[in-house]
Amino acid sequence: MKERPRRAARPVDVVVMGASLGGLYACQRLLARLPADLPVAVALVQHRQPDVESGLAHLLGLHSSLPVSEPDDKEPIKPGHVYLAPINYHLLIDGDRFALSTEEPVLFARPSIDVLFSSAAEARRERALAVALTSASDDGADGAADIKRRGGRVLVQDPAEAESEILPRAVIARASPDAVLRLDQIPAALVEWCRQLKLTPRI
Amino acid sequence: MTTADADIEDVEIEALLGALVRRYGYDFRHYARASLRRRIRRAVDAESAPTVSALQAQLLRDPACMQRFVFQLSVHVSSMFRDPEFYKLLRTEVVPWLRTYPFVRIWHAGCATGEEVYSMAILLEEEGLADRCRVYATDISDLVLQRAKRGIYPLEAIRRYTQGYHRAGGSHDFSRYYTADSQNAIFHERLRRNVIFSLHNLVSDNSFNDFNVILCRNVLIYFDEPLRDRVLHLLDGSLVRGGFLAVGRKESLRFTPLQSRYVELGQDSRLYRRLQ
Repeated sequence: MKERPRRAARPVDVVVMGASLGGLYACQRLLARLPADLPVAVALVQHRQPDVESGLAHLLGLHSSLPVSEPDDKEPIKPGHVYLAPINYHLLIDGDRFALSTEEPVLFARPSIDVLFSSAAEARRERALAVALTSASDDGADGAADIKRRGGRVLVQDPAEAESEILPRAVIARASPDAVLRLDQIPAALVEWCRQLKLTPRI
Repeated sequence: MTTADADIEDVEIEALLGALVRRYGYDFRHYARASLRRRIRRAVDAESAPTVSALQAQLLRDPACMQRFVFQLSVHVSSMFRDPEFYKLLRTEVVPWLRTYPFVRIWHAGCATGEEVYSMAILLEEEGLADRCRVYATDISDLVLQRAKRGIYPLEAIRRYTQGYHRAGGSHDFSRYYTADSQNAIFHERLRRNVIFSLHNLVSDNSFNDFNVILCRNVLIYFDEPLRDRVLHLLDGSLVRGGFLAVGRKESLRFTPLQSRYVELGQDSRLYRRLQ
């Protein structure tokens, strides 16, 4: 008897975010405004000192209605979760799972925003969404450009508001972002993006 | 790269991986694809090839190019006393058990450039176990192993390694283990007197001994799930009952076929003991 080919379920959609200097405060504010029923996952690279366990996932979780954790390698991506790239590993999206890598730092950063963004561009193409926040390095701008080339979307924090404007300015120069937004406008933009992808809030 | 270019590149990568199995027996088809693609692109750039297909043509005809390619593809970023807590746990939990054996075998599977091998050698020497232990350090890449054998690391990393050594419970002056020149720290030859460096491919080679301890840290992250499970089976078959298996800080035996037969020592140590 022939087996009917099963249609693969579409992998979970992911918002990828990157930040460094000033990022903790910005991310805390942003996560605090995301709805608890967000139907997508959030993957976040926050530059920080290597070799220091900072308890950052815990700090980010304090004000977030979504659970925040550092994923293990090959951990399945779940909607409504915030995943923080662990120290000393690059975080990549690989199908419906996360992948980690200890390859060389990119622009002195591991985790690198470029690596996460580029992997999202590969894995999600026109369904990828990147958010570039305050950061004192331009790691992330090339990855954002990758996302645009594959038909995905890029939002950037208004450089006038960002604690460090280097990444926001680099993204504006290199990736022609879809919108330049204040931090307090970004959550609504994410919810609107979910609506356009025809994703309904989780119950 | 546009979506159309990316689709073409995916076809090229499939073709390349298949060709390398036939030509050289190296099988990268079950490496985790997202990070493998990055490293293949780096190799394309390093060889100044215009496309993956062009690199394939070079690789098939030039074994030296293939050797460089294997070097590029095997991730060999490492450091001494990486995750100091882990080495502390080795001292407190594993060393006492090792003392009960007259002879001990340890396997570093995927030892890269050897930083963790020298860390282990230092730990064993301080615990008075070095001459009871044989350490097998294996890797897929010949070029990487050559570096591991030399034991020469840039001086700029030594401050970090020294901190790691002390945080891992080391109580001596770390500089007793190396001689410094203007750029490098050259680790003493006696540290590797009980170390055997050898080529070994976890994808295609079999087990070659029974071990008391196996370290395979940050290697399984480069394999896809079926290959990871196969390699775990190989490691499991090489470990004595009651032996210890260490994986990377963000790797886990949870949801793997080994889960039911191993216990983790403490929470999130990623140091597992095989049940009797």
